[in-house]
Amino acid sequence: MTSPLQQKIKISGPSVITANRTWDGIVIWRTAAKGWSAELSDAAIVRTADEARALLAESVADDVGAIGAYIAPVEIRDSGKIKPGNLREHIRSAGVTIDLPVPA
Amino acid sequence: MYAYDELDRTLINERVSEFRDQVKRRLSGELTEDEFKMLRLQNGVYLQLHAYMFRVAIPYGTLSSEQLRRMAHVARKYDRGYGHFTTRQNIQFNWIKLAELPDALADLADVGIHAMQTSGNNTRNVTSDQWAGVAPGEIEDPRIWSELLRQYTTLHPEFSFLPRKFKFAITASDHDRAAIKVHDIGLRLYRNAAGETGFEVLVGGGLGRTPFIGKTIKPFVHGHDLLSYVEAILRVYNQYGRRDNIYKARIKILVHELGIEKFAREVEEEWLQMRDSALQIDDSVIEDIRSRFSYPTYEKLPHMPDELKKAAHDPHFEAWRKNSTFPHKVPGYAIAVLSLKPVGGPPGDATADQMDAIADLADRYSFGEIRVGHEQNLALPHVARRDLPALWKALDRIGVATPNVNLVSDIIACPGLDYCSLANARSIPIAQELTRRFANHDTANLIGRLHINISGCINACGHHHVGHIGILGVEKNGEEFYQITIGGRADEKAEVGTLIGPAVPYGDVADVIEDIVEAYLALRARPDELFIDAVKRLGVEPFRERVYATR
Ligand code: HEM
Ligand code: SF4
Repeated sequence: MTSPLQQKIKISGPSVITANRTWDGIVIWRTAAKGWSAELSDAAIVRTADEARALLAESVADDVGAIGAYIAPVEIRDSGKIKPGNLREHIRSAGVTIDLPVPA
Repeated sequence: MYAYDELDRTLINERVSEFRDQVKRRLSGELTEDEFKMLRLQNGVYLQLHAYMFRVAIPYGTLSSEQLRRMAHVARKYDRGYGHFTTRQNIQFNWIKLAELPDALADLADVGIHAMQTSGNNTRNVTSDQWAGVAPGEIEDPRIWSELLRQYTTLHPEFSFLPRKFKFAITASDHDRAAIKVHDIGLRLYRNAAGETGFEVLVGGGLGRTPFIGKTIKPFVHGHDLLSYVEAILRVYNQYGRRDNIYKARIKILVHELGIEKFAREVEEEWLQMRDSALQIDDSVIEDIRSRFSYPTYEKLPHMPDELKKAAHDPHFEAWRKNSTFPHKVPGYAIAVLSLKPVGGPPGDATADQMDAIADLADRYSFGEIRVGHEQNLALPHVARRDLPALWKALDRIGVATPNVNLVSDIIACPGLDYCSLANARSIPIAQELTRRFANHDTANLIGRLHINISGCINACGHHHVGHIGILGVEKNGEEFYQITIGGRADEKAEVGTLIGPAVPYGDVADVIEDIVEAYLALRARPDELFIDAVKRLGVEPFRERVYATR
């Protein structure tokens, strides 16, 4: 993978870094405390390409902890609540939009 | 059933311990994801939106009850209690943890199941007619040849790093249930005018971004030349196939760019140099494989037993029998298809409890054997007709007796945006809504055979190009839109469908499909003119008009 430091990064609004946790694959977000959380509400928000690049670089560097880190858009509500910025990210954070064959 | 020999068992077990070690090294950080990715893909492990996805091969779609029970066990112990049967005779588990994968693989290996070559740029699971060995009129059991190809291509060094994935399918019946014309190599076993059996070899079929129907490269290849001929094709592909552009890397692009004649000449040249080599297959090799397939000892049974006559008074049973059971080569027996397309359910999913129950029913009524077809349904291949009423009751109880096989609600759908990281749009909820719209069996029967296939992106895992009606998810400004094609088919008359017009939004898809079906009902020449034949006769125009006139 090309290092994020060399990548052209464009963001069009508030964004987060998301990935999947290596050992079990669940969806995680990068936090401001240089860790990962399974809650979107814990995610560090970046607002410029430089911030995004730095956070992505730090995330990618944790190759043991997470895989496939990338920048994802979010919306910040007036209440301060973080919402996924598109349907894909919504499904990643809220789960499938259908009933699973076996209820959890 | 096919019994693996010591070599196979050793291979599968060694593979589990290798993978266990690889996972351990990955989790400790000794292997980076870049290093590990190829290794996990070689064991069927993808990364999806919510988790890893684990794809397990079901060679030629044949499963023993013991194997199916083991899949139920894996679903229950390591996943969320269900599995998804795919269009290529695989099963996928959607929620598996990497740390537990070696255990899951080991549990499967105990019963001879593996995930080798279920992803990556190698020769994938060789698929076959799901009714192989029981279909009336079949020339010979095509699984013997699938098994030969499986043995030959598994871990074959020359085919482990092809330009792109490579898929074989084989049929030995006139009616193609294995979709051989949309595979990289399709093989049709038949008897020629001289009375010899051999293969018509098709090449360059495929779906995805650039769909092509396979072309006949050689009308007749004798069985003992099969491996050398196939190897010649793979060599030419390996040499000229494009590695610089993933979208142009499949053999279909090479065949298209060179033209089938030139491609065939290259293959012929290669083949002539090696056809008499060690790749000439001896009859004894085939006999050995044949002897490892066990066939049931059928009884002499009546075609119309009393049990069946009595049950004929129950309209629900009759609806199922007429729709979901098919003639068997042995009198007194039937093939029973189990619909994994319940109204409102995700196509192709089966719960662990269903799998266990089906395994028990297979033991009781089908000599312990289950089949998996590319339509994402299961089948019990050897059911005595006298047992059909009892079987039906049991199937109905577990929700796999919806009498919709080959009808409008027997939808093929890929996982789409609910699971898949490559998706543009959702597939499953569209399928679910359509099954609700067409839930009435009388209406579905009135409509007749109609295949709706749905893919969540252009990779076409849901075979949308070859659906009688195809639905393809695309994205427009962050919204889910769907392109609709009609007139595709995947059988011996395979064709790619034609787009009827601009993509429609998520909320309109079911209405549009209803419009198309209504237009067909109004336009068909006779009640038995199938949808696909009506489209062939009329073209897409009347359907386009109907759909877009008011939109
Ligand atoms: C969920 C994870 C999956 C991923 C990441 C995936 C990925 C892909 C990709 C990238 C292609 C295009 C390959 C090409 O044209 O070179 C493809 C094709 C295909 N996949 Fe999948 N797929 C997935 C699931 C499935 C499922 C669930 C099925 C069956 C229902 C399936 C069956 C197929 C088939 C039949 C094709 C098209 C035939 C062809 O190879 O031309 N895949 N897949
Ligand atoms: S067609 Fe696209 S969305 Fe559907 S499973 Fe294949 S890659 Fe995923």
